[in-house]
Amino acid sequence: MAEAASVPAESLAGCRARAARTVLDQVVLPGEELLLPEQEDGEGPGGAGERPLRLNAAARSRGRVVCGPGLRRCGDRLLVTKCGRLRHKEPGSGSGGGVYWVDSQQKRYVPVKGDHVIGIVTAKSGDIFKVDVGGSEPASLSYLAFEGATKRNRPNVQVGDLIYGQFVVANKDMEPEMVCIDSCGRANGMGVIGQDGLLFKVTLGLIRKLLAPDCEILQEVGKLYPMEIVFGMNGRIWVKAKTIQQTLILANILEACEHMTTDQRKQIFSRLAES
Amino acid sequence: MEGAMQTESKIRVDSGTEHGPRGPGCSLRHFACEQNLLSRPDGSASFLQGDTSVLAGVYGPAEVKVSKEIFNKATLEVILRPKTGLPGVAEKSRERLIRNTCEAVVLGALHPRTSITVVLQVVSDAGSLLACCLNAACMALVDAGVPMRALFCGVTCALHSDGTLMLDPTAKQEKEARAVLTFALDSVERKLLMSTTKGLYSDAELQQCLAAAQTASTHVFRFYRESLQRRYSKS
Repeated sequence: MAEAASVPAESLAGCRARAARTVLDQVVLPGEELLLPEQEDGEGPGGAGERPLRLNAAARSRGRVVCGPGLRRCGDRLLVTKCGRLRHKEPGSGSGGGVYWVDSQQKRYVPVKGDHVIGIVTAKSGDIFKVDVGGSEPASLSYLAFEGATKRNRPNVQVGDLIYGQFVVANKDMEPEMVCIDSCGRANGMGVIGQDGLLFKVTLGLIRKLLAPDCEILQEVGKLYPMEIVFGMNGRIWVKAKTIQQTLILANILEACEHMTTDQRKQIFSRLAES
Repeated sequence: MEGAMQTESKIRVDSGTEHGPRGPGCSLRHFACEQNLLSRPDGSASFLQGDTSVLAGVYGPAEVKVSKEIFNKATLEVILRPKTGLPGVAEKSRERLIRNTCEAVVLGALHPRTSITVVLQVVSDAGSLLACCLNAACMALVDAGVPMRALFCGVTCALHSDGTLMLDPTAKQEKEARAVLTFALDSVERKLLMSTTKGLYSDAELQQCLAAAQTASTHVFRFYRESLQRRYSKS
């Protein structure tokens, strides 16, 4: 049987660009194009590319829309580059058109400026430390980037130490650089992480979930045992409790949180609280 | 290659069946896909087409040796391991085809001087192996969160001596066929990314096979969408 060489148009239609608003909180796939609110009106029934005149200037969509992780600008549309749920955040105080991003599940970290991460010192060379942050390159950390550090007063950092710091330079073209002080010169919790404790790795999505402002998991975990926790946006968590057994229990709970439902979690917490 | 996996991290997704002819000679075998089944790689997927099964793992964007780094884009490497024996020339050739397809689709410019490695292990081969490898590689790249400009899929087509077209042939059908053609198509406009053919066929037959593959790819992409939606609906 001979199939026509030209396939009917419907099966090749692929993905027509859809309005971003209609796809919020749905799963989007790489390759889809999304229309921003401004363009939708222009795509209306006015043939030959006419746009309706707007008499009310305030009704025009305001300002820039910020294109977050998982999205790229492609002409005047947004191209989805990662698979995940599309999210939108309204602008706080009127300016700009809000932020769109794709919530995807990933294990590999890519350095982003301003992120607080946990790194492991791998080398000391001259005036800088090389810190492994889980990305494609080790980040560099200057010995002067600690609170109260001067040329005479060097910080006490050895190879193998854990460092909590933030990125000041992190783009695709340059080696990432991190520091352990904030813009005022204070440590603000950053620096070398103390002795003992356990460092383990989780997915990036879980860290974002745990660090969200209204996270119940963290409050419940905090009631179990007295402990210290440090979360790095690169998927690393450092935990320390009074005994090794408690530390291991906490680590197991946090790793398992990703896959448990709320009820299962409450069951486990109540069982632990009894024992 | 299953090893000891934590069951929590395994999200099993079974496909709807793609049985049944949509037209004479245009039926694909049953698909199944499982993502995030390996704990070490950044992304992993296992793709099953009938009895052909391939396991893929993706590492990246990761460190790259200075001799292999490219200053303005990511270095993509594909490693294909056969089920038995050492990898030979046929594997090298398939690796190159898969690499060229992935390079056309992955946004390497976002991660210069890094390496993205795709490792494929053939678990069982019952025909249409290259297409299954392409599908597994695509699902693994999506699982790893590597930025891509589109999804891609592989479809194999076999032509018999009497001119009939068979999609997704089994190993026996491939051996008896006069020509076997494999195409890689992208998800945006079903454009052709890669084609590799073996055997005798005419120009018109090539166009017919390509058209049939484009129709079949719609089903594969629908399956991708369903399985990814199911994965994200569990979180």
